[in-house]
Amino acid sequence: MARKPLRLFGHRVHLQTVIAYLLAIAITIVMLLPFAWMLSASLKLDRDVFAFPIEWIPSAPRWQNYVDIWTRIPLALFIYNTTKLTVIVTLLQLFTSSFAAYAFAKLRFAYREVLFLAYIATIAMPWQVYMVPQFLEMRALGLNNTHLALICLQAFTAFGVFLMRQFYMSIPDELCEAARIDGMNEYQIWFRIMLPLSKPALSTLTIFTFVSTWNDFLGPLIYLTKTELKTIQIGIRMFITQYSTEYGLIMAASIVSLIPVLIVFLALQRFFVEGIASSGLKG
Amino acid sequence: MVIAREDYDIPVAVRRPLLTRRQRQRRATLVAYSFIAPNFIGFLIFTLGPILFAFALAFMHWDGSNAMQFAGLDNFWRLFSDRAFLTAFWNTLVYTLVSVPATLVCALGLAVLLNQKLRGRAFFRAAMFFPYVASLVAVAVVWNMVFNPEMGPVNMLLYELGIDPKNLPGWAASNSWAMVTVILFGIWKSMGYYMVIYLAGLQGISPELYEAANLDGATSWQKFWHITVPQLAPTSFFVSVMLTIQSFKVFDQIMLLTEGGPGTSTLVLVYHVYNEAFISWDLGYSSMVALVLFVMVLTVTIVQFRLTRED
Repeated sequence: MARKPLRLFGHRVHLQTVIAYLLAIAITIVMLLPFAWMLSASLKLDRDVFAFPIEWIPSAPRWQNYVDIWTRIPLALFIYNTTKLTVIVTLLQLFTSSFAAYAFAKLRFAYREVLFLAYIATIAMPWQVYMVPQFLEMRALGLNNTHLALICLQAFTAFGVFLMRQFYMSIPDELCEAARIDGMNEYQIWFRIMLPLSKPALSTLTIFTFVSTWNDFLGPLIYLTKTELKTIQIGIRMFITQYSTEYGLIMAASIVSLIPVLIVFLALQRFFVEGIASSGLKG
Repeated sequence: MVIAREDYDIPVAVRRPLLTRRQRQRRATLVAYSFIAPNFIGFLIFTLGPILFAFALAFMHWDGSNAMQFAGLDNFWRLFSDRAFLTAFWNTLVYTLVSVPATLVCALGLAVLLNQKLRGRAFFRAAMFFPYVASLVAVAVVWNMVFNPEMGPVNMLLYELGIDPKNLPGWAASNSWAMVTVILFGIWKSMGYYMVIYLAGLQGISPELYEAANLDGATSWQKFWHITVPQLAPTSFFVSVMLTIQSFKVFDQIMLLTEGGPGTSTLVLVYHVYNEAFISWDLGYSSMVALVLFVMVLTVTIVQFRLTRED
Protein backbone atom coordinates (compact mmCIF):
# COMPACT_ATOMS: atom_id res chain seq x y z
CA MET A 1 0.00 0.00 0.00
CA ALA A 2 1.19 3.51 0.70
CA ARG A 3 4.96 3.35 0.82
CA LYS A 4 7.27 5.55 2.81
CA PRO A 5 8.11 8.50 0.55
CA LEU A 6 11.75 9.26 -0.25
CA ARG A 7 13.13 12.75 -0.26
CA LEU A 8 14.78 13.87 -3.46
CA PHE A 9 15.82 17.48 -4.18
CA GLY A 10 13.46 18.55 -1.44
CA HIS A 11 10.49 16.74 -3.03
CA ARG A 12 8.72 13.73 -1.61
CA VAL A 13 8.86 10.96 -4.15
CA HIS A 14 7.78 7.36 -4.14
CA LEU A 15 10.43 4.76 -4.75
CA GLN A 16 8.19 3.29 -7.43
CA THR A 17 8.22 6.55 -9.39
CA VAL A 18 12.00 6.73 -9.20
CA ILE A 19 12.31 3.20 -10.53
CA ALA A 20 9.85 4.01 -13.32
CA TYR A 21 11.92 7.01 -14.40
CA LEU A 22 15.18 5.10 -14.27
CA LEU A 23 13.70 2.26 -16.31
CA ALA A 24 12.17 4.61 -18.88
CA ILE A 25 15.44 6.48 -19.29
CA ALA A 26 17.49 3.30 -19.52
CA ILE A 27 15.24 1.75 -22.16
CA THR A 28 15.11 4.99 -24.14
CA ILE A 29 18.90 5.06 -24.22
CA VAL A 30 19.04 1.48 -25.50
CA MET A 31 16.41 2.22 -28.15
CA LEU A 32 18.16 5.34 -29.39
CA LEU A 33 21.76 4.20 -29.00
CA PRO A 34 22.04 2.84 -32.56
CA PHE A 35 20.92 6.22 -33.89
CA ALA A 36 23.39 8.08 -31.70
CA TRP A 37 26.15 5.75 -32.85
CA MET A 38 25.11 6.28 -36.47
CA LEU A 39 25.22 10.06 -36.08
CA SER A 40 28.54 9.94 -34.32
CA ALA A 41 30.10 7.58 -36.89
CA SER A 42 28.83 9.74 -39.75
CA LEU A 43 31.21 12.47 -38.56
CA LYS A 44 34.31 10.29 -38.35
CA LEU A 45 37.07 8.98 -40.55
CA ASP A 46 36.56 5.35 -41.53
CA ARG A 47 39.48 4.22 -39.37
CA ASP A 48 38.06 5.98 -36.29
CA VAL A 49 34.55 4.58 -36.54
CA PHE A 50 35.33 1.44 -34.54
CA ALA A 51 37.68 3.05 -32.04
CA PHE A 52 36.97 1.81 -28.53
CA PRO A 53 36.07 3.26 -26.05
CA ILE A 54 33.58 5.06 -28.26
CA GLU A 55 34.22 8.73 -28.78
CA TRP A 56 30.57 9.79 -28.87
CA ILE A 57 31.27 13.38 -29.87
CA PRO A 58 34.15 13.37 -32.36
CA SER A 59 36.85 15.85 -31.36
CA ALA A 60 37.37 16.76 -35.01
CA PRO A 61 33.98 16.19 -36.68
CA ARG A 62 34.42 15.27 -40.30
CA TRP A 63 31.66 17.25 -42.02
CA GLN A 64 33.31 16.36 -45.30
CA ASN A 65 31.43 13.01 -45.20
CA TYR A 66 28.20 14.91 -45.73
CA VAL A 67 29.72 16.70 -48.72
CA ASP A 68 31.27 13.60 -50.26
CA ILE A 69 28.20 11.36 -50.24
CA TRP A 70 26.47 13.55 -52.82
CA THR A 71 29.25 12.92 -55.33
CA ARG A 72 30.19 9.35 -54.46
CA ILE A 73 26.65 8.12 -55.16
CA PRO A 74 23.82 9.93 -56.97
CA LEU A 75 22.15 10.49 -53.62
CA ALA A 76 20.23 13.56 -54.81
CA LEU A 77 18.78 11.52 -57.66
CA PHE A 78 17.82 8.71 -55.28
CA ILE A 79 16.09 11.21 -53.02
CA TYR A 80 14.32 12.76 -56.00
CA ASN A 81 13.13 9.33 -57.19
CA THR A 82 11.90 8.36 -53.75
CA THR A 83 10.18 11.68 -53.18
CA LYS A 84 8.48 11.48 -56.55
CA LEU A 85 7.23 7.95 -55.91
CA THR A 86 6.14 8.71 -52.38
CA VAL A 87 4.20 11.84 -53.31
CA ILE A 88 2.43 10.25 -56.29
CA VAL A 89 1.57 7.06 -54.42
CA THR A 90 0.31 8.95 -51.38
CA LEU A 91 -1.87 11.30 -53.43
CA LEU A 92 -3.30 8.49 -55.55
CA GLN A 93 -3.91 6.39 -52.48
CA LEU A 94 -5.72 9.22 -50.68
CA PHE A 95 -7.84 10.11 -53.68
CA THR A 96 -8.85 6.66 -54.89
CA SER A 97 -9.32 5.18 -51.41
CA SER A 98 -11.50 7.95 -50.04
CA PHE A 99 -13.43 8.08 -53.32
CA ALA A 100 -14.18 4.35 -53.32
CA ALA A 101 -14.77 4.28 -49.57
CA TYR A 102 -17.48 6.91 -49.92
CA ALA A 103 -19.47 4.63 -52.22
CA PHE A 104 -18.97 1.61 -49.95
CA ALA A 105 -20.04 3.53 -46.88
CA LYS A 106 -22.80 5.82 -48.11
CA LEU A 107 -24.27 4.62 -51.40
CA ARG A 108 -26.48 1.66 -52.20
CA PHE A 109 -25.80 -0.22 -55.38
CA ALA A 110 -25.75 -3.66 -56.89
CA TYR A 111 -22.92 -6.01 -55.84
CA ARG A 112 -21.74 -3.63 -53.13
CA GLU A 113 -21.17 -6.44 -50.63
CA VAL A 114 -19.45 -8.68 -53.17
CA LEU A 115 -17.07 -5.96 -54.29
CA PHE A 116 -16.24 -5.00 -50.75
CA LEU A 117 -15.68 -8.63 -49.88
CA ALA A 118 -13.02 -8.72 -52.62
CA TYR A 119 -11.14 -6.04 -50.73
CA ILE A 120 -11.62 -7.67 -47.34
CA ALA A 121 -10.51 -11.06 -48.61
CA THR A 122 -7.18 -9.67 -49.79
CA ILE A 123 -6.42 -7.60 -46.71
CA ALA A 124 -5.08 -10.69 -44.96
CA MET A 125 -3.25 -11.84 -48.07
CA PRO A 126 0.47 -11.17 -47.67
CA TRP A 127 1.98 -9.32 -50.59
CA GLN A 128 4.82 -11.84 -50.52
CA VAL A 129 2.41 -14.53 -51.69
CA TYR A 130 1.68 -12.81 -55.00
CA MET A 131 4.75 -10.63 -55.51
CA VAL A 132 6.16 -13.04 -58.10
CA PRO A 133 3.05 -13.26 -60.34
CA GLN A 134 2.64 -9.51 -59.92
CA PHE A 135 6.18 -9.02 -61.15
CA LEU A 136 5.53 -11.32 -64.13
CA GLU A 137 2.38 -9.39 -64.96
CA MET A 138 4.17 -6.04 -64.78
CA ARG A 139 6.94 -7.42 -66.95
CA ALA A 140 4.39 -8.56 -69.52
CA LEU A 141 2.94 -5.05 -69.48
CA GLY A 142 6.42 -3.65 -70.09
CA LEU A 143 6.49 -1.93 -66.71
CA ASN A 144 9.63 -3.66 -65.50
CA ASN A 145 12.24 -1.05 -64.57
CA THR A 146 9.79 1.82 -64.45
CA HIS A 147 8.54 3.89 -61.57
CA LEU A 148 5.02 3.32 -62.85
CA ALA A 149 5.24 -0.31 -61.72
CA LEU A 150 5.87 0.71 -58.12
CA ILE A 151 3.11 3.30 -58.27
CA CYS A 152 0.60 0.74 -59.52
CA LEU A 153 1.79 -1.66 -56.89
CA GLN A 154 1.29 0.63 -53.93
CA ALA A 155 -1.44 3.08 -54.83
CA PHE A 156 -4.53 0.85 -54.80
CA THR A 157 -4.48 -0.96 -51.52
CA ALA A 158 -7.32 -2.71 -49.77
CA PHE A 159 -5.97 -1.22 -46.56
CA GLY A 160 -6.66 2.34 -47.70
CA VAL A 161 -10.23 1.62 -48.79
CA PHE A 162 -10.94 -0.30 -45.62
CA LEU A 163 -9.53 2.38 -43.33
CA MET A 164 -11.47 5.18 -45.03
CA ARG A 165 -14.69 3.18 -45.16
CA GLN A 166 -14.54 2.48 -41.45
CA PHE A 167 -14.19 6.18 -40.83
CA TYR A 168 -17.03 7.17 -43.16
CA MET A 169 -19.31 4.62 -41.51
CA SER A 170 -19.00 6.63 -38.30
CA ILE A 171 -20.29 9.79 -40.01
CA PRO A 172 -24.11 9.99 -39.72
CA ASP A 173 -26.05 9.31 -42.94
CA GLU A 174 -28.35 12.24 -42.14
CA LEU A 175 -25.55 14.59 -43.09
CA CYS A 176 -25.52 13.22 -46.64
CA GLU A 177 -29.30 13.16 -46.79
CA ALA A 178 -29.48 16.82 -45.83
CA ALA A 179 -26.91 17.71 -48.46
CA ARG A 180 -28.85 15.78 -51.12
CA ILE A 181 -32.01 17.70 -50.26
CA ASP A 182 -29.99 20.89 -50.62
CA GLY A 183 -29.35 19.81 -54.21
CA MET A 184 -25.75 18.64 -53.92
CA ASN A 185 -24.77 15.70 -56.07
CA GLU A 186 -22.74 12.81 -54.69
CA TYR A 187 -19.41 14.18 -55.92
CA GLN A 188 -20.06 17.48 -54.16
CA ILE A 189 -21.03 15.69 -50.96
CA TRP A 190 -17.79 13.70 -51.08
CA PHE A 191 -15.68 16.78 -51.78
CA ARG A 192 -17.37 19.40 -49.60
CA ILE A 193 -18.62 17.35 -46.66
CA MET A 194 -16.86 14.01 -46.36
CA LEU A 195 -13.32 15.07 -47.21
CA PRO A 196 -13.16 17.96 -44.72
CA LEU A 197 -14.66 15.73 -42.02
CA SER A 198 -12.24 12.91 -42.60
CA LYS A 199 -9.02 14.78 -41.94
CA PRO A 200 -7.95 12.46 -39.09
CA ALA A 201 -8.39 9.35 -41.23
CA LEU A 202 -6.70 11.01 -44.19
CA SER A 203 -3.78 12.00 -41.98
CA THR A 204 -3.43 8.46 -40.72
CA LEU A 205 -3.50 7.10 -44.24
CA THR A 206 -1.00 9.75 -45.38
CA ILE A 207 1.56 8.95 -42.75
CA PHE A 208 1.23 5.18 -43.21
CA THR A 209 1.51 5.43 -46.97
CA PHE A 210 4.34 7.93 -46.80
CA VAL A 211 6.43 5.87 -44.42
CA SER A 212 5.81 2.55 -46.12
CA THR A 213 6.57 3.93 -49.58
CA TRP A 214 9.64 5.86 -48.44
CA ASN A 215 11.00 2.85 -46.58
CA ASP A 216 9.94 0.19 -49.06
CA PHE A 217 12.78 -2.16 -49.81
CA LEU A 218 11.55 -5.36 -51.44
CA GLY A 219 9.39 -3.64 -54.07
CA PRO A 220 12.17 -1.45 -55.52
CA LEU A 221 14.63 -4.33 -55.11
CA ILE A 222 12.55 -6.51 -57.42
CA TYR A 223 11.49 -3.87 -59.92
CA LEU A 224 14.34 -1.38 -60.25
CA THR A 225 17.70 -2.57 -61.49
CA LYS A 226 18.85 0.57 -63.30
CA THR A 227 20.88 2.86 -61.06
CA GLU A 228 19.19 6.01 -62.31
CA LEU A 229 15.77 4.70 -61.23
CA LYS A 230 16.72 3.51 -57.77
CA THR A 231 15.11 4.76 -54.58
CA ILE A 232 17.09 5.85 -51.58
CA GLN A 233 16.73 2.51 -49.79
CA ILE A 234 18.13 0.33 -52.54
CA GLY A 235 20.51 3.12 -53.55
CA ILE A 236 22.13 3.07 -50.12
CA ARG A 237 22.04 -0.71 -50.17
CA MET A 238 23.96 -0.63 -53.46
CA PHE A 239 26.49 1.75 -51.96
CA ILE A 240 26.92 -0.50 -48.92
CA THR A 241 27.64 -3.56 -51.05
CA GLN A 242 30.05 -1.66 -53.29
CA TYR A 243 32.00 0.25 -50.65
CA SER A 244 31.44 -1.84 -47.55
CA THR A 245 34.34 -0.33 -45.60
CA GLU A 246 33.58 3.35 -46.08
CA TYR A 247 31.77 3.41 -42.78
CA GLY A 248 31.69 7.17 -42.31
CA LEU A 249 30.06 7.74 -45.68
CA ILE A 250 27.58 4.87 -45.24
CA MET A 251 26.49 6.33 -41.92
CA ALA A 252 26.18 9.83 -43.38
CA ALA A 253 24.00 8.52 -46.22
CA SER A 254 21.86 6.61 -43.71
CA ILE A 255 21.37 9.72 -41.61
CA VAL A 256 20.27 11.64 -44.70
CA SER A 257 17.74 8.91 -45.54
CA LEU A 258 16.30 9.08 -42.02
CA ILE A 259 15.72 12.84 -41.93
CA PRO A 260 12.50 13.01 -44.01
CA VAL A 261 10.93 10.18 -42.01
CA LEU A 262 11.96 11.85 -38.78
CA ILE A 263 10.35 15.14 -39.83
CA VAL A 264 7.10 13.51 -40.93
CA PHE A 265 7.06 11.39 -37.80
CA LEU A 266 7.52 14.33 -35.45
CA ALA A 267 4.94 16.43 -37.30
CA LEU A 268 2.24 13.79 -37.60
CA GLN A 269 3.06 11.58 -34.63
CA ARG A 270 -0.34 12.06 -33.04
CA PHE A 271 -2.16 10.69 -36.10
CA PHE A 272 0.21 7.77 -36.23
CA VAL A 273 -0.54 6.77 -32.68
CA GLU A 274 -4.28 7.33 -33.07
CA GLY A 275 -4.28 5.43 -36.34
CA ILE A 276 -2.63 2.36 -34.84
CA ALA A 277 -4.78 2.49 -31.76
CA SER A 278 -8.04 2.73 -33.68
CA SER A 279 -7.42 0.43 -36.60
CA GLY A 280 -4.60 -1.74 -35.32
CA LEU A 281 -4.07 -2.62 -38.95
CA LYS A 282 -1.01 -2.42 -41.12
CA GLY A 283 2.50 -3.43 -40.36
CA MET B 1 -40.01 9.18 -69.17
CA VAL B 2 -39.10 9.80 -72.76
CA ILE B 3 -40.13 13.41 -72.30
CA ALA B 4 -37.87 13.85 -69.34
CA ARG B 5 -34.83 12.81 -71.31
CA GLU B 6 -35.37 15.33 -74.04
CA ASP B 7 -36.23 18.21 -71.75
CA TYR B 8 -32.71 19.40 -71.24
CA ASP B 9 -33.79 22.90 -70.29
CA ILE B 10 -35.62 21.87 -67.17
CA PRO B 11 -33.45 22.38 -64.07
CA VAL B 12 -32.11 19.26 -62.40
CA ALA B 13 -34.20 19.57 -59.25
CA VAL B 14 -37.40 19.63 -61.32
CA ARG B 15 -36.38 17.00 -63.83
CA ARG B 16 -35.38 14.42 -61.30
CA PRO B 17 -38.85 13.41 -60.05
CA LEU B 18 -39.85 12.72 -63.63
CA LEU B 19 -37.46 9.78 -63.84
CA THR B 20 -38.85 6.40 -63.07
CA ARG B 21 -37.63 4.54 -60.07
CA ARG B 22 -35.62 2.15 -62.17
CA GLN B 23 -33.89 4.98 -63.99
CA ARG B 24 -33.00 6.66 -60.76
CA GLN B 25 -31.62 3.40 -59.45
CA ARG B 26 -29.56 2.90 -62.55
CA ARG B 27 -28.18 6.38 -62.35
CA ALA B 28 -27.33 5.92 -58.67
CA THR B 29 -25.53 2.69 -59.47
CA LEU B 30 -23.54 4.35 -62.21
CA VAL B 31 -22.54 7.14 -59.86
CA ALA B 32 -21.51 4.61 -57.23
CA TYR B 33 -19.42 2.65 -59.74
CA SER B 34 -17.73 5.84 -60.84
CA PHE B 35 -16.61 6.34 -57.24
CA ILE B 36 -15.23 2.84 -56.97
CA ALA B 37 -13.71 2.52 -60.42
CA PRO B 38 -10.42 4.44 -59.98
CA ASN B 39 -9.39 2.29 -57.06
CA PHE B 40 -11.08 -0.94 -58.06
CA ILE B 41 -9.59 -1.12 -61.55
CA GLY B 42 -6.09 -0.70 -60.14
CA PHE B 43 -6.87 -3.19 -57.40
CA LEU B 44 -8.28 -5.69 -59.89
CA ILE B 45 -5.28 -5.54 -62.22
CA PHE B 46 -2.46 -5.29 -59.73
CA THR B 47 -3.74 -7.22 -56.72
CA LEU B 48 -6.65 -9.55 -57.50
CA GLY B 49 -5.25 -10.63 -60.85
CA PRO B 50 -1.81 -11.57 -59.49
CA ILE B 51 -3.41 -13.41 -56.57
CA LEU B 52 -5.43 -15.63 -58.91
CA PHE B 53 -2.35 -16.03 -61.09
CA ALA B 54 -0.37 -17.13 -58.02
CA PHE B 55 -2.76 -19.99 -57.33
CA ALA B 56 -2.61 -21.15 -60.94
CA LEU B 57 1.16 -20.80 -61.18
CA ALA B 58 1.72 -23.08 -58.20
CA PHE B 59 0.52 -25.98 -60.38
CA MET B 60 2.68 -25.10 -63.38
CA HIS B 61 6.25 -25.44 -64.53
CA TRP B 62 7.53 -22.13 -65.86
CA ASP B 63 10.91 -20.47 -66.23
CA GLY B 64 9.45 -17.15 -67.37
CA SER B 65 10.46 -17.41 -71.02
CA ASN B 66 9.56 -20.84 -72.47
CA ALA B 67 6.02 -22.18 -72.68
CA MET B 68 4.21 -22.85 -69.43
CA GLN B 69 3.53 -26.51 -68.66
CA PHE B 70 0.91 -28.02 -66.41
CA ALA B 71 2.64 -29.65 -63.48
CA GLY B 72 -0.22 -31.11 -61.48
CA LEU B 73 0.99 -31.73 -57.96
CA ASP B 74 4.69 -31.96 -58.88
CA ASN B 75 5.56 -28.74 -57.10
CA PHE B 76 3.66 -29.83 -54.03
CA TRP B 77 5.46 -33.17 -53.71
CA ARG B 78 8.75 -31.43 -54.30
CA LEU B 79 8.32 -29.44 -51.08
CA PHE B 80 8.90 -32.55 -48.99
CA SER B 81 12.20 -33.45 -50.62
CA ASP B 82 13.53 -29.89 -50.84
CA ARG B 83 15.90 -29.51 -47.90
CA ALA B 84 16.16 -25.75 -48.34
CA PHE B 85 12.38 -25.47 -48.07
CA LEU B 86 12.25 -27.64 -44.96
CA THR B 87 15.00 -25.53 -43.39
CA ALA B 88 13.21 -22.32 -44.35
CA PHE B 89 9.95 -23.64 -42.91
CA TRP B 90 11.65 -24.67 -39.68
CA ASN B 91 13.53 -21.35 -39.37
CA THR B 92 10.31 -19.43 -39.90
CA LEU B 93 8.69 -21.40 -37.08
CA VAL B 94 11.66 -20.82 -34.78
CA TYR B 95 11.65 -17.11 -35.57
CA THR B 96 7.92 -16.96 -34.86
CA LEU B 97 7.98 -19.03 -31.68
CA VAL B 98 10.72 -16.90 -30.14
CA SER B 99 9.97 -13.42 -31.42
CA VAL B 100 6.19 -13.41 -30.88
CA PRO B 101 6.20 -13.99 -27.10
CA ALA B 102 9.35 -11.90 -26.62
CA THR B 103 7.98 -8.90 -28.51
CA LEU B 104 4.62 -9.24 -26.80
CA VAL B 105 6.13 -9.22 -23.32
CA CYS B 106 8.42 -6.26 -24.13
CA ALA B 107 5.56 -4.28 -25.66
CA LEU B 108 3.31 -4.94 -22.68
CA GLY B 109 6.06 -3.97 -20.25
CA LEU B 110 6.73 -0.74 -22.11
CA ALA B 111 3.05 0.13 -22.24
CA VAL B 112 2.54 -0.42 -18.52
CA LEU B 113 5.67 1.60 -17.78
CA LEU B 114 4.73 4.49 -20.03
CA ASN B 115 1.07 4.51 -19.05
CA GLN B 116 2.10 5.99 -15.72
CA LYS B 117 2.08 9.73 -15.24
CA LEU B 118 5.72 10.44 -15.93
CA ARG B 119 7.14 13.73 -17.07
CA GLY B 120 8.34 13.57 -20.63
CA ARG B 121 6.09 10.58 -21.24
CA ALA B 122 5.38 11.71 -24.81
CA PHE B 123 9.11 11.81 -25.51
CA PHE B 124 9.69 8.34 -24.06
CA ARG B 125 6.86 6.92 -26.14
CA ALA B 126 8.15 8.57 -29.31
CA ALA B 127 11.64 7.19 -28.64
CA MET B 128 10.27 3.64 -28.31
CA PHE B 129 8.27 4.03 -31.47
CA PHE B 130 10.89 5.64 -33.68
CA PRO B 131 12.77 2.45 -34.66
CA TYR B 132 9.52 1.23 -36.20
CA VAL B 133 9.34 4.08 -38.71
CA ALA B 134 13.08 4.42 -39.29
CA SER B 135 14.14 3.04 -42.66
CA LEU B 136 15.20 -0.55 -42.48
CA VAL B 137 18.28 -0.24 -44.67
CA ALA B 138 19.76 2.47 -42.45
CA VAL B 139 19.07 0.75 -39.16
CA ALA B 140 20.14 -2.67 -40.44
CA VAL B 141 23.53 -1.40 -41.55
CA VAL B 142 24.17 0.37 -38.25
CA TRP B 143 22.98 -2.73 -36.38
CA ASN B 144 25.49 -4.90 -38.24
CA MET B 145 28.26 -2.43 -37.44
CA VAL B 146 27.36 -2.20 -33.77
CA PHE B 147 27.19 -5.99 -33.58
CA ASN B 148 30.28 -6.56 -35.71
CA PRO B 149 31.97 -9.60 -34.11
CA GLU B 150 35.55 -8.30 -34.43
CA MET B 151 35.32 -4.54 -34.08
CA GLY B 152 31.78 -3.65 -32.99
CA PRO B 153 31.19 -1.81 -29.72
CA VAL B 154 28.91 -4.54 -28.33
CA ASN B 155 31.59 -7.22 -28.46
CA MET B 156 34.25 -4.73 -27.34
CA LEU B 157 32.13 -4.04 -24.30
CA LEU B 158 31.58 -7.74 -23.63
CA TYR B 159 35.35 -8.22 -23.92
CA GLU B 160 35.97 -5.41 -21.44
CA LEU B 161 33.52 -7.10 -19.11
CA GLY B 162 35.87 -10.06 -19.07
CA ILE B 163 34.34 -12.47 -21.57
CA ASP B 164 36.91 -14.69 -23.23
CA PRO B 165 37.44 -13.58 -26.87
CA LYS B 166 36.82 -17.19 -27.95
CA ASN B 167 33.37 -17.10 -26.37
CA LEU B 168 32.29 -13.76 -27.78
CA PRO B 169 29.11 -14.11 -29.84
CA GLY B 170 29.62 -14.03 -33.61
CA TRP B 171 26.21 -12.36 -34.14
CA ALA B 172 25.14 -12.14 -37.79
CA ALA B 173 28.32 -13.88 -38.94
CA SER B 174 27.93 -17.12 -37.01
CA ASN B 175 25.62 -20.07 -37.54
CA SER B 176 24.51 -20.24 -33.95
CA TRP B 177 23.99 -16.50 -33.35
CA ALA B 178 22.58 -15.29 -36.66
CA MET B 179 18.99 -16.18 -35.76
CA VAL B 180 19.39 -14.55 -32.34
CA THR B 181 20.66 -11.36 -33.99
CA VAL B 182 17.75 -11.25 -36.41
CA ILE B 183 15.23 -11.85 -33.63
CA LEU B 184 16.75 -9.19 -31.36
CA PHE B 185 16.63 -6.75 -34.23
CA GLY B 186 12.97 -7.57 -34.89
CA ILE B 187 12.04 -7.03 -31.25
CA TRP B 188 13.93 -3.74 -31.07
CA LYS B 189 12.35 -2.46 -34.26
CA SER B 190 8.73 -3.43 -33.74
CA MET B 191 7.99 -3.43 -30.01
CA GLY B 192 7.17 0.30 -30.00
CA TYR B 193 4.38 -0.34 -32.49
CA TYR B 194 2.74 -2.98 -30.32
CA MET B 195 3.30 -0.79 -27.26
CA VAL B 196 0.96 1.74 -28.88
CA ILE B 197 -1.73 -0.92 -29.28
CA TYR B 198 -1.29 -1.96 -25.66
CA LEU B 199 -1.49 1.66 -24.53
CA ALA B 200 -4.86 1.91 -26.26
CA GLY B 201 -5.90 -1.29 -24.50
CA LEU B 202 -4.85 0.10 -21.12
CA GLN B 203 -7.04 3.15 -21.69
CA GLY B 204 -10.01 0.82 -21.89
CA ILE B 205 -9.57 -0.67 -18.41
CA SER B 206 -11.99 0.83 -15.92
CA PRO B 207 -10.14 2.79 -13.19
CA GLU B 208 -12.69 1.51 -10.69
CA LEU B 209 -11.09 -1.92 -10.81
CA TYR B 210 -7.83 -0.45 -9.55
CA GLU B 211 -9.58 1.67 -6.95
CA ALA B 212 -11.32 -1.40 -5.57
CA ALA B 213 -8.01 -3.26 -5.48
CA ASN B 214 -6.40 -0.35 -3.64
CA LEU B 215 -9.09 -0.56 -0.98
CA ASP B 216 -8.34 -4.25 -0.59
CA GLY B 217 -4.68 -3.39 -0.10
CA ALA B 218 -3.40 -5.07 -3.29
CA THR B 219 0.23 -4.53 -4.27
CA SER B 220 1.19 -3.19 -7.69
CA TRP B 221 2.31 -6.65 -8.69
CA GLN B 222 -1.01 -8.18 -7.68
CA LYS B 223 -2.88 -5.47 -9.55
CA PHE B 224 -0.79 -6.15 -12.62
CA TRP B 225 -1.44 -9.90 -12.56
CA HIS B 226 -5.06 -9.87 -11.45
CA ILE B 227 -6.40 -6.81 -13.25
CA THR B 228 -4.14 -5.58 -16.04
CA VAL B 229 -3.19 -8.91 -17.60
CA PRO B 230 -6.70 -10.43 -17.68
CA GLN B 231 -8.28 -7.16 -18.80
CA LEU B 232 -5.79 -6.93 -21.64
CA ALA B 233 -6.43 -10.49 -22.84
CA PRO B 234 -8.29 -9.40 -26.01
CA THR B 235 -5.50 -6.94 -26.85
CA SER B 236 -2.86 -9.59 -26.24
CA PHE B 237 -4.71 -11.99 -28.48
CA PHE B 238 -4.92 -9.41 -31.24
CA VAL B 239 -1.25 -8.49 -30.85
CA SER B 240 -0.13 -12.11 -30.94
CA VAL B 241 -2.13 -12.77 -34.10
CA MET B 242 -0.60 -9.74 -35.80
CA LEU B 243 2.89 -10.63 -34.62
CA THR B 244 2.50 -14.22 -35.81
CA ILE B 245 1.47 -13.12 -39.30
CA GLN B 246 4.30 -10.59 -39.41
CA SER B 247 6.77 -13.27 -38.36
CA PHE B 248 5.57 -15.67 -41.04
CA LYS B 249 6.28 -12.94 -43.61
CA VAL B 250 9.68 -11.87 -42.29
CA PHE B 251 12.15 -11.15 -45.08
CA ASP B 252 13.55 -7.61 -45.41
CA GLN B 253 15.45 -7.53 -42.14
CA ILE B 254 16.95 -10.95 -42.83
CA MET B 255 18.09 -10.01 -46.30
CA LEU B 256 19.71 -6.87 -44.92
CA LEU B 257 21.28 -8.41 -41.81
CA THR B 258 22.37 -11.90 -42.83
CA GLU B 259 21.24 -12.56 -46.42
CA GLY B 260 19.69 -15.77 -45.13
CA GLY B 261 23.03 -17.05 -43.94
CA PRO B 262 25.52 -18.01 -42.82
CA GLY B 263 24.73 -21.12 -44.85
CA THR B 264 21.00 -21.54 -44.41
CA SER B 265 20.85 -20.60 -40.74
CA THR B 266 18.43 -17.70 -41.27
CA LEU B 267 16.79 -18.82 -44.50
CA VAL B 268 13.05 -18.20 -44.09
CA LEU B 269 10.02 -18.93 -46.27
CA VAL B 270 9.79 -15.61 -48.10
CA TYR B 271 13.52 -15.75 -48.73
CA HIS B 272 13.01 -19.13 -50.37
CA VAL B 273 10.16 -17.72 -52.48
CA TYR B 274 12.46 -14.89 -53.53
CA ASN B 275 15.39 -17.18 -54.35
CA GLU B 276 13.33 -19.71 -56.30
CA ALA B 277 11.73 -16.92 -58.34
CA PHE B 278 14.41 -14.35 -58.95
CA ILE B 279 17.57 -16.44 -58.67
CA SER B 280 16.49 -19.84 -60.03
CA TRP B 281 13.54 -18.61 -62.16
CA ASP B 282 11.58 -21.64 -61.06
CA LEU B 283 8.36 -19.64 -60.97
CA GLY B 284 5.87 -22.45 -60.45
CA TYR B 285 7.73 -23.92 -57.53
CA SER B 286 8.26 -20.48 -56.02
CA SER B 287 4.50 -19.95 -56.11
CA MET B 288 3.94 -23.26 -54.38
CA VAL B 289 6.22 -22.15 -51.54
CA ALA B 290 4.29 -18.87 -51.42
CA LEU B 291 1.10 -20.89 -51.17
CA VAL B 292 2.45 -22.57 -48.04
CA LEU B 293 2.90 -19.12 -46.55
CA PHE B 294 -0.64 -18.26 -47.55
CA VAL B 295 -2.04 -21.38 -45.87
CA MET B 296 -0.12 -20.53 -42.68
CA VAL B 297 -1.48 -16.98 -42.59
CA LEU B 298 -4.97 -18.18 -43.48
CA THR B 299 -4.93 -20.70 -40.64
CA VAL B 300 -4.02 -18.01 -38.12
CA THR B 301 -6.70 -15.71 -39.52
CA ILE B 302 -9.39 -18.41 -39.31
CA VAL B 303 -8.41 -19.25 -35.74
CA GLN B 304 -8.61 -15.58 -34.84
CA PHE B 305 -12.00 -15.23 -36.51
CA ARG B 306 -13.40 -18.31 -34.73
CA LEU B 307 -12.13 -17.31 -31.32
CA THR B 308 -13.22 -13.69 -31.47
CA ARG B 309 -16.67 -14.78 -32.62
CA GLU B 310 -17.15 -16.94 -29.56
CA ASP B 311 -16.65 -13.99 -27.22
